[in-house]
Amino acid sequence: MVDGVTVGAKGQAITVLGAGVMGLASATELASRGHAVALVDPALGPGEQGCSWWAGGMLAPWCEFENAEEPVLRHGRTAIDWWERHAGGVTRAGTLVLTLGRDRRELHRFARRTKGYEEIGGNRLAEMEGDLAGRFDRALFFPSEAHLDPRAVMARLLARLAERGVSLTAELPDDPGRIIDCRGLSARDILPELRGVRGEMLVLRCPEVKLARPVRLLHPRVPIYLVPRGDGVYMLGATMIESDRIGAVTARSVLELLSAAYALHPAFGEAEILELGADARPAFPDNLPRIGRIGDRLYANGLYRHGYLLAPAVALQIADHIDTGEKPEFWHETEN
Amino acid sequence: MPVFYGTEIASPLMLGTAQYRSPTILAEAFRASAAGIATVSLRREAGGGQAFLRLIEALGVRLLPNTAGCHSVKEAVTTAQMARELLGTDWIKLEVIGHADLLSPDVFALVEAARELTGQGFKVFPYCTEDLSVCERLLAAGCQVLMPWGAPIGSGLGLNNPHGLKALRATFPDVPLVIDAGIGLPSHAAAAMELGFDAILLNTAVAKAGDPVMMACAMAQAAEAGKAAHRADPMEPREMATPSTPVIGKAFLS
Repeated sequence: MVDGVTVGAKGQAITVLGAGVMGLASATELASRGHAVALVDPALGPGEQGCSWWAGGMLAPWCEFENAEEPVLRHGRTAIDWWERHAGGVTRAGTLVLTLGRDRRELHRFARRTKGYEEIGGNRLAEMEGDLAGRFDRALFFPSEAHLDPRAVMARLLARLAERGVSLTAELPDDPGRIIDCRGLSARDILPELRGVRGEMLVLRCPEVKLARPVRLLHPRVPIYLVPRGDGVYMLGATMIESDRIGAVTARSVLELLSAAYALHPAFGEAEILELGADARPAFPDNLPRIGRIGDRLYANGLYRHGYLLAPAVALQIADHIDTGEKPEFWHETEN
Repeated sequence: MPVFYGTEIASPLMLGTAQYRSPTILAEAFRASAAGIATVSLRREAGGGQAFLRLIEALGVRLLPNTAGCHSVKEAVTTAQMARELLGTDWIKLEVIGHADLLSPDVFALVEAARELTGQGFKVFPYCTEDLSVCERLLAAGCQVLMPWGAPIGSGLGLNNPHGLKALRATFPDVPLVIDAGIGLPSHAAAAMELGFDAILLNTAVAKAGDPVMMACAMAQAAEAGKAAHRADPMEPREMATPSTPVIGKAFLS
């Protein structure tokens, strides 16, 4: 017995708090294993209030490994298949990493710090992305990476959960069963070590530029990425600022992001700005996720900039823990 | 050990707190290297970076807030005031950036801002060039520390003008001097300390190393080695060989 619930029992009553990427992935994994799951979210679903809404949706474990710990690569690799199985709509076209001429050394450094790439020249690049022909003579191509549209996959997870009979309410039900807290930054009331890392992004429409895959432009000060959403729409992100302020995007960030996009292709100068978004990512001091227990509730949090990349692995660990009682890799023992 | 405004610091290594993979790695780098001072930027983090600031405070080292990213006297003075309120210290590393590509100091605005801030009771650590007259004016403005660059911020080029830095040391033998910016390798750190500088301040070289903790230790060791070498009074280089073994009694006419 753990918390009055028999470990290993199928069909447990479980309430997941939060309908962001972590909550939806947990609910999906648990429901698919036969548990009776309920979702609680004050906003009744994904939306602007959660940082999952503003994410890039890159499933890029090898690129992220350049500046992340080893578990991000190991677990991130499993994310692509998980998303395809549970939500569909994953585009497996790889990632391109580029630099402007004078920052060439950044490409060397990036290559040295990661793996899973091919070095390609201008001709190959032109075959892959015709609109970048003649603009760059060297790139790193990460063929095994993928991307998705965060809002679309969250909507599909939610719809499939509804088909399975998972309820979504604004308030905690009277008899919630086991509670799994996936509230992201809102869970600071029980997780004081959680901090916000501000990110800012834009959504652009630029039908003149056609890119088939995410493009990262390295720059010593302002690395950016563009993720194609289809129909000439791009997500342009993202800043990383040690601040939990969730106010409007600053002029400086827009300047930096847009000038980098303009350097990638001048046609972005004519793009329509469809959206400006800012939010704060939940992170623990080591910028890795944690699963733990506070009182009688489990929590999964701190996915930092790796929400879509790591939510599947964390959801699997949560579900395994519910089924077997074993401590997951991301387990964090609560002090005191 | 360096003494800044009457406070002795236990290490000649000062580290910045930006660009690390995570606050945990940052904390390990400080712990492993025993760096004595942490600089912290307030400009972008202001109004919401309290969680990060708490992590920096938990390092248990002296904090030196900076005015990184400020381009005018007014911005720098406002940022300094904010830092004093937020962190409860009157120490301020004064940066007034003149040129966007080189991030070189605007020395005219720097002197003006230094005068204003020392007038307001701040203990100013100015990020400056090695120009003697600029440094004279900063001292006249009330600064009791000078922080000339070795090379542009984040460039890792080392000491671009060792002769100028040597002249600075010779001109102001009693002023604490810190090499700020440009250090990319431990050999640069050692070279700065061999010139008789009191401390070195760096960030990117550690934060962006593949293993920041190991690099922080290497920098600390190099700084200590350079400091010891300076105190040991190194030999003068000479152009001709001098045998280190006496030749008397040897069969040297072979």
